[in-house]
Amino acid sequence: MAIGLASVVVALVAGVVVGPAGPTWWRIPLELLDRLPLVSIDSGINEAQWNIVWQVRAPRVVLGGLVGAMLAIAGAGYQGVFRNPLVDPYLLGAAAGAGLGATLAFTMLRDVTAGWVIDPVPAVSFVFALVTVAVTYVVGGAFGGGQRGGITLVLAGVAVVSFVTAVQTFILQRNVEVVRDVYNWILGRLSTAQWDDVRLVTPYVVVSSAVVLLHRRHLDLFRVGEDEAATLGAPVARIRLVVVIAATLGTAAVVSVSGLIGFVGVVVPHFVRLVAGAGHRRVLPLSLMFGAAFLILADIPGRVLTDPAETPIGVVTAFIGAPFFVIVLRARTRQ
Amino acid sequence: MVDLAVAYGRRQALAPFTATVRSGDWLGLIGPNGAGKSSLLRAVVGLVESRGDVLVDGSSLTLRTRRRRAELIAYVPQSPVIPDDMTGYEYVLLGRSPYVGYFGSESRKDKTIASDVLARLELTQFADRRLGQLSGGERQRLVIARALAQEAPILLLDEPTSSLDIGHQQQALELVAKLRRDHGLTVVSAMHDLTLAGQYSDRLVLLHEGHCVAAGPAAEVLQADTLAEFYGVRVTVHHEPDGTVVVVPRRDRL
Repeated sequence: MAIGLASVVVALVAGVVVGPAGPTWWRIPLELLDRLPLVSIDSGINEAQWNIVWQVRAPRVVLGGLVGAMLAIAGAGYQGVFRNPLVDPYLLGAAAGAGLGATLAFTMLRDVTAGWVIDPVPAVSFVFALVTVAVTYVVGGAFGGGQRGGITLVLAGVAVVSFVTAVQTFILQRNVEVVRDVYNWILGRLSTAQWDDVRLVTPYVVVSSAVVLLHRRHLDLFRVGEDEAATLGAPVARIRLVVVIAATLGTAAVVSVSGLIGFVGVVVPHFVRLVAGAGHRRVLPLSLMFGAAFLILADIPGRVLTDPAETPIGVVTAFIGAPFFVIVLRARTRQ
Repeated sequence: MVDLAVAYGRRQALAPFTATVRSGDWLGLIGPNGAGKSSLLRAVVGLVESRGDVLVDGSSLTLRTRRRRAELIAYVPQSPVIPDDMTGYEYVLLGRSPYVGYFGSESRKDKTIASDVLARLELTQFADRRLGQLSGGERQRLVIARALAQEAPILLLDEPTSSLDIGHQQQALELVAKLRRDHGLTVVSAMHDLTLAGQYSDRLVLLHEGHCVAAGPAAEVLQADTLAEFYGVRVTVHHEPDGTVVVVPRRDRL
């Protein structure tokens, strides 16, 4: 736990310190200390430089942490409920739905909403993500239900996701001019992050994470299968529903501001399980912390490497995530 | 059990079935594959939908919450799910789940009971070992330990010994027999080995295609012509002086 917390702090500081433009790196921690009450240090940073740090970098770092934490704990929650370590928080259609929502917003609403102050894309993708997962749940429940619902739900997810993706592809194909916008959105970005985004997603992240964390004992019970969990007195269907709703709500909220960032939800819980064991009492809180640290750090190469252009964070996470995943798998099979 | 019936779609897995098990008795369910033994046990713990009713101490199980049911009945499935990276102690502690509140965690008492059960079954050396590293017999004993930690007066066993060698079969069944003596457990078990079923049960029920076709003490149920009719086997039935009924498959030499 201490290591988890430490990694978050290190990532936060690194995230605020590194970046193109802005003041010399070592002055920033001094300035941060200076801003604390009762501490007074002359860091030599002027107002303009501070604005870069506080208005550009800081919200991006904080948002990155929130998104990473949410995706990782949602992934761990989904994996616990479905007893499958390869499941990600997009399993039941949160990502596909958000993608369709964003596509629709870019194609149909653009003319109408061009003058709006508030960008409608996050709201529309959030709603579509939730609706898609709800459809998966209804479809899965229609023939699955009962105790074995978990597997049926996953299969229903596969069907719904391919259907939604097909609709999205169809719309894109007929509106080629928005392909670039949609594509950028899908790859994920934290570059436009503002304190408003942080305020928007924080309640979802806090509530969703808390609900998933509160079910850590139940998720351990799920490890012996839904049938046996039921004979041990667990309300299996209700636990599954509550955890899935919480994880989906949080995922949809962060995805709607950051786009689809892959791999965090699978790689981080996997890593945690490898180092700390598979008990959810450790996996859930550690995933939360390492998820935050991972995404903040993964965001750093994105803004420095191809400066002044940005490398989308979805590319970076997959670029780091995929090889890392292979290493984790290798270590696993060797055990 | 009163007129308990189970159907999967249109296929009836278990015809209306009535039996009474007295407290502290051991009822053995026998019958060929697909006869409805597992369906009966799964219906009792509520894993499959069933018509009819199960009464415990005269009141219906359906009137009780799932947790209250788990305090009354412990169930050992035919092939339990064994999470490889869970320790023996964590696994046995799961048996205490019915006693833990929704958002609560295990109390000191729950932990003491889990440790006690491990000690009583001489499994303490497996407390910190991961289940994936244990042998089939060791896991089977831990599964029974988990059921015991549940402290339920009724124990349902579905083929508890099917994956074990003859030594571990005897060990596991002796363990259940001893626990039944010491704690007054009521046991209902589905078993394939007819000789073992006869040895350990007070009464046997022979199921065939979902119907109860014979019931009573081992000596009455285990008869060569009955078994020939429902299992389609040729067997010789020996009666040992101590009352044990031994069923031996017979092979006709050409």
